Amino acid sequence: MRLAGRISLFFAAASLLLTGSARAATVVKIGAALSLTGPAAAYGAQQKAGILAAVDEINKSGRLKGVKLEAIIEDDASTKEQGIAVFQRFINKDKVSAIIGPTLSNTATAADPLAQGAKVPVVAISNTLPKGITDIGPYIWRVSLTEAQVIPSALKAAQAKFGFKRAAVLYGNDDAFTQGGYGVMKSALEAMGTTTVGTQTFAKPDKDYTAQLTALLAAKPEILVVSALVENASGIVTQARQLGWQGPIFGGNGFNSPKLMSNAGPAAEGVYVGTAWNKPSTDAANLAFQKAMADRKHDPDQFCAQAYTGVLAIAEAIKLSGGKGGREDIRAGFLKVKGLPTPLGTFAFNKDRDGEHSAALQVVKDGKFQIVK
Amino acid sequence: MGQQVINGLFLGSIYALFALGYTLVFGVLDILNLAHAAVFMVATFVAVALVGHGLDILLALPLAVLFAGLLGLVLERVAFRPLRARTDSNIAGLISSLAAATIIEAVALEIWGPNITRFPFGTMPEGPASQFQLLGGTVSRLQLTIIAVAVLLFLVLTWLVKGTRLGREVRAVAESPRSARVLGVNVDRAIAAAFFISSALGGAAGVLYGLAFNSISPDMGHGVELKGLAVIVLGGMGSMPGAVLAGFALGLTEVFVVANLGGSWRDVISFAGLFLFLVLRPRGLMGAAATREA
Repeated sequence: MRLAGRISLFFAAASLLLTGSARAATVVKIGAALSLTGPAAAYGAQQKAGILAAVDEINKSGRLKGVKLEAIIEDDASTKEQGIAVFQRFINKDKVSAIIGPTLSNTATAADPLAQGAKVPVVAISNTLPKGITDIGPYIWRVSLTEAQVIPSALKAAQAKFGFKRAAVLYGNDDAFTQGGYGVMKSALEAMGTTTVGTQTFAKPDKDYTAQLTALLAAKPEILVVSALVENASGIVTQARQLGWQGPIFGGNGFNSPKLMSNAGPAAEGVYVGTAWNKPSTDAANLAFQKAMADRKHDPDQFCAQAYTGVLAIAEAIKLSGGKGGREDIRAGFLKVKGLPTPLGTFAFNKDRDGEHSAALQVVKDGKFQIVK
Repeated sequence: MGQQVINGLFLGSIYALFALGYTLVFGVLDILNLAHAAVFMVATFVAVALVGHGLDILLALPLAVLFAGLLGLVLERVAFRPLRARTDSNIAGLISSLAAATIIEAVALEIWGPNITRFPFGTMPEGPASQFQLLGGTVSRLQLTIIAVAVLLFLVLTWLVKGTRLGREVRAVAESPRSARVLGVNVDRAIAAAFFISSALGGAAGVLYGLAFNSISPDMGHGVELKGLAVIVLGGMGSMPGAVLAGFALGLTEVFVVANLGGSWRDVISFAGLFLFLVLRPRGLMGAAATREA
């Protein structure tokens, strides 16, 4: 994997030389710890494609005068242990200027403290755990929006569409992620002035949700809001439709998987989910990203767009610190990143070092996620 | 209200069907077959595979049930019969059935993976066309079919146990294997038959459960296993009408607890109720006080 990355970069570098770059560029190494194997491998493959494309595009564009980016991609195997090993390598052996990743929040909680200790800036591109990532320290930054950032704006977009005033909520109360999502949903609904007509819970091993759903639907809600992992989500959606519910269903990030459609089929139609990437946006940066991926014959998803944005943020930081690519230079640069055009929209870091950009609402239509305009 | 009664009856019929096979083996052998949930799961996967190969569910269901029955025979031969002569065969059988369950689940994990799968779309009619209104609630044909199959299988099993020669032999063995053998009953054959029927029932419950919830995975038996145990205890260990009655009672209780108190209270109330009931009536709903039933 890493070899392939290096080879393609070698060719990128070679082409740069051939096109007549007169003076030797300073090489800035970026390590990327991605889940290329293990349960999160599907995300890692998208991220790798996004990073390689971004590095390539930036080097070609000459945006960074006198600086050439080099990506070193390593597999964290979706585990904490290997994530730590990869981080140690990046910090001590490869002496990278910045680290992208790791893919999973779970791995990040274990590996990021090493980078913080060694004062190496980290850019998280897919960690969505609201607490415990950027809190690790001032060297940990994040591009990916957290649940707390996506859900409120997506719910608002849904309200603008349906004008609902009465919501019913169902959530898994035995999982940190689904319970966290519920907390965000609850406060967002309150802030919007929506009446919650009923709240019900389930547990991960449950397969039958008809009792909860019947009770919720009896309270006559206008929207069903659900915080669940995709396995439960499919069953909930299917059974809600069986009970005759034809209204909108709003899900948290757990619904953001094609598995929802493969398990729930036609019942998934009309399910609304927030997303960090507005695919059909016609922003110049988004069009450029899609063209870059199309040139590489790669069909990008949200994870690919976030990875691409992570590299753009690092490049911007180098530019803002006067073309210097040291560890401290990049961190200092991050503090100044504002109004950066990216595939995810106009991007900035907030005071908690979390990324800020607009989120979009998508709906399942004809078996696919489509952006709600 | 009407909808919740339907939900409860539906859930109860699955508990009852699962518990029927569970309680049959307990009644005959005095051992808990903890591999029952594994058979339940394997039968579902077999049915999914058969439907995936283009078979109609009406054909796939009996074939998967037959497979479950045969798996029951293998279990009896491998996990139970070798231990039967031992004095501590109850505990040894319990442990070896747990081992069998673990092995079956590991094999299923290897073949089908940990992800949730489902029957192909269109296996059973879905959507509003297959639903109608009853008692002020929405019922699908699938749900009615499952309740009907559960009741039908209970009637068939009752007839098999009470009205046939095989059933009399099984009951005789349940009473006393030694006396049965003296009276000319082939004890091994009667026990094998009980395992076959029990596992076939478990398999049927699994396929119907899979059809109902379309959430099929190697660990799908875990949720039902403990409930099944509660049902046979509540019904009276070894009592078949008791298992059916208790199955419906548990299903209805759970649904009404969830609807009125919330999902977190479901198991608390159900199991506290079970505990209280056993304090007041230790032999269960329909269990015999001193003698055993098959």
